Amino acid sequence: MDYVVLGAGPAGVIAAETLRRMDRGGRVTLVGDEPEAPYSRMAIPYLLAETVEEEGTHLRHGAGHYDARQIELRQDRAAGIDVADARVRLEGGESLAYDKLLIATGSRPTRPPIPGMDLPGIESCWTLEDARRIIAGTREGARVVLMGAGFIGCIVLEALARRKVELTVVEMAPRMLARMMDDVGGDMIERWCEARGVAVKTGTRVEAIERNDDVLTLKLGEAGELEADLVVCATGVQPNLELLEGSGVETEFGILVDARLATNVENIHAAGDVAQGPDFSTGARAVHAIQPTASEHGRIAALNMAGRETAYRGSLSMNVLNTLGLISSSFGLWEGAEGGERAVAADREGFKYLRLEFRDDVLVGALALGLTQHVGVIRGLVQTGVRLGAWKDRLLRDPHQVMHAYLERARSRP
Amino acid sequence: MLKSLLIDPEKCTSCLQCEMACSFEHEGAFNPAKSRIKVFEFEHGRRAIPYTCTQCAEAWCLHACPVEALSRNTETGAVELDEAICVGCKVCTIACPFGTINYNADSGKVAKCDLCGGDPQCAEACPTGAITYVDANWTGLERMKQWAVKTDSQAPNQSPGA
Repeated sequence: MDYVVLGAGPAGVIAAETLRRMDRGGRVTLVGDEPEAPYSRMAIPYLLAETVEEEGTHLRHGAGHYDARQIELRQDRAAGIDVADARVRLEGGESLAYDKLLIATGSRPTRPPIPGMDLPGIESCWTLEDARRIIAGTREGARVVLMGAGFIGCIVLEALARRKVELTVVEMAPRMLARMMDDVGGDMIERWCEARGVAVKTGTRVEAIERNDDVLTLKLGEAGELEADLVVCATGVQPNLELLEGSGVETEFGILVDARLATNVENIHAAGDVAQGPDFSTGARAVHAIQPTASEHGRIAALNMAGRETAYRGSLSMNVLNTLGLISSSFGLWEGAEGGERAVAADREGFKYLRLEFRDDVLVGALALGLTQHVGVIRGLVQTGVRLGAWKDRLLRDPHQVMHAYLERARSRP
Repeated sequence: MLKSLLIDPEKCTSCLQCEMACSFEHEGAFNPAKSRIKVFEFEHGRRAIPYTCTQCAEAWCLHACPVEALSRNTETGAVELDEAICVGCKVCTIACPFGTINYNADSGKVAKCDLCGGDPQCAEACPTGAITYVDANWTGLERMKQWAVKTDSQAPNQSPGA
């Protein structure tokens, strides 16, 4: 059996390892397009913050990890798929025959259509190569403007702040983390950042960027101008779908896959950031570009590719973030379920916030700020759909009882 | 023979000796806030439940880790953290549906129960036998496993959201 895995991020690597475990005799080829050992983008902020070296970003550490598993690593990029011949065309000129193909090509950063966005000194923060350029361009005291205060923007914010640069964040949306935090949480994070010397401009649009003598000028319309030595753009990502042209593989925002991570085309599966698969909370299909989804997708896609029928219950949208020491997390339907109920405990000055969302007596989503202990039980409660019974009313009065509710409802009555 | 922590809440008096012993073993100081086993009190202290990692077979934390900082100790069965590799991203803390791997802001890393390498100090310190370290077959592991199946991301024959 010839297995070809396109993409050497977490989904691709975990899939390749799982394929090897399931099928000792099969041939496993893992194609990645970066000139690096497979690494984790999630670790890049820690490289910028200088808490790890480059090797610390690698997904696997043992020397010869892939050789030992007879996983053939190839540096190339897929140009297209010939479904009729079951072959992948590589940009390097060769082609690979497959019996089972996994597309785990991930996503890439996008830039807003603004004049000047392609000037030197404007970087994305996505690859190791990006990180090297940002490190070279951020001496202590350098003026850095970060465009975008979404989840990725805020991770980058933390890393840049640790590099002791003079940092300004510009975000188009009216609050930071518009897709993982509500107004209350977004406001707390913004005030927290401001108090720690980061200038935050929400509800502000960059209209153009110009460059003169190594200095970048960002035109902010009514909000004036900003000068910068470096601009880091973290305004969004999009799935890498170009290789699918002419393949007949169905896409929407990402590649549409079923509960077996299979596409509509026989013998082709997709996993990770590029896949639009079952969403645990809604039952619809969604792209959840997060590490736990990549890991689960990679494993379950590989099980199915190797002939072990395995259905996925769907990915749970969730995130955890450290913004200059303020830890926030979000789970599932944190905006609430129709006809559901909400429990809120907010200490705006103490920077503590907990919001729980219920449907009937089941927890379906949550937001937390300043909570680091036992936060995983929120996932446990959401994903098991445990009925909270009388504990729901207690939680409506005091959401901080969530661990107690979990112990009483979930652990003692499995 | 693999051994596991057996917790019998009926015997717990909430004396917190386990938390003291755990924090001393791992942090070098008696500091219950840093303990990897936690005693939760109910009904104003009339009832208490000691709670820590069950070293579950599914190992959500291990699979969610982006940099392979968590691995299974084959001798003790514990999932252990390599602090030198952990970058502190905290993904494991939201991935673990039991809430038993937690972020420690002082170290910038996560922390979890590692069974003290096979000599768990909480069990050693517990004066009432509420926490014992016994043959894994005795610990109600089956019940834990059933729970793990319920939370499993790959549960066949169940509709999404079920």
